[in-house]
Amino acid sequence: MTLTLLMGTIFLTQILLVVAMAFASFRVLRGPRAQDRVLGLDTLYVTATMLLLTFGIRNGSILYFEAALIIALLGFVSTAALAKFLMRGEVIE
Amino acid sequence: MNNHLADLPAWAAVPAALLLLAGAGLTLIGTVGLLRFGSFYQRVHAPTLGSTLGIGCILLASMLIFSVLESRAILHELLITALMVVTTPITLMLLARAALYRDRSEGSDEVPPPPSGSTTVPKPGASDEAGV
Repeated sequence: MTLTLLMGTIFLTQILLVVAMAFASFRVLRGPRAQDRVLGLDTLYVTATMLLLTFGIRNGSILYFEAALIIALLGFVSTAALAKFLMRGEVIE
Repeated sequence: MNNHLADLPAWAAVPAALLLLAGAGLTLIGTVGLLRFGSFYQRVHAPTLGSTLGIGCILLASMLIFSVLESRAILHELLITALMVVTTPITLMLLARAALYRDRSEGSDEVPPPPSGSTTVPKPGASDEAGV
């Protein structure tokens, strides 16, 4: 009973997160300007982190957590670099 | 398969399920806002719903499940929490300031003019050598 409840909830959570990623991808593809695309990409990174965490809960594995940590870190670096590129026209001056 | 979750007692499984659903629902609401809002400055507020409370709920659920399953405190999810709390304001501030800079340098009507005495925004068409 508990197992069914938890597995169903994890499945529903993953579906909601995938729909959220689809909305963010739409904003990446159709964003009217470059900053909208960068914002969609940042949202995509955060949602991918959460999706990997739910996979880790489902499979009981620690490896998914480490992948989620790396994605969160790379998301920060890439969004900061893209914002700097939009501001200055180059990343490393 | 999935024997590890069968050992979870109901007093831990029900709050974990609620936390997972709340986190995913908040993230979905945030991305709906990202999809539907009209201008960039409205849109930049929406996904923070997911990157603060949404990921917080899912990390709490993960901590709860793994701590109860292994009968000891599993707290390494706090790493991601700290990373998100520190980095989300930084990235969105950088992005909003870049967008404001771009709109001002194009002479857009949607953004207020720079405050008087500011030297960081060049005239439209000026070369990119103002300020550091």
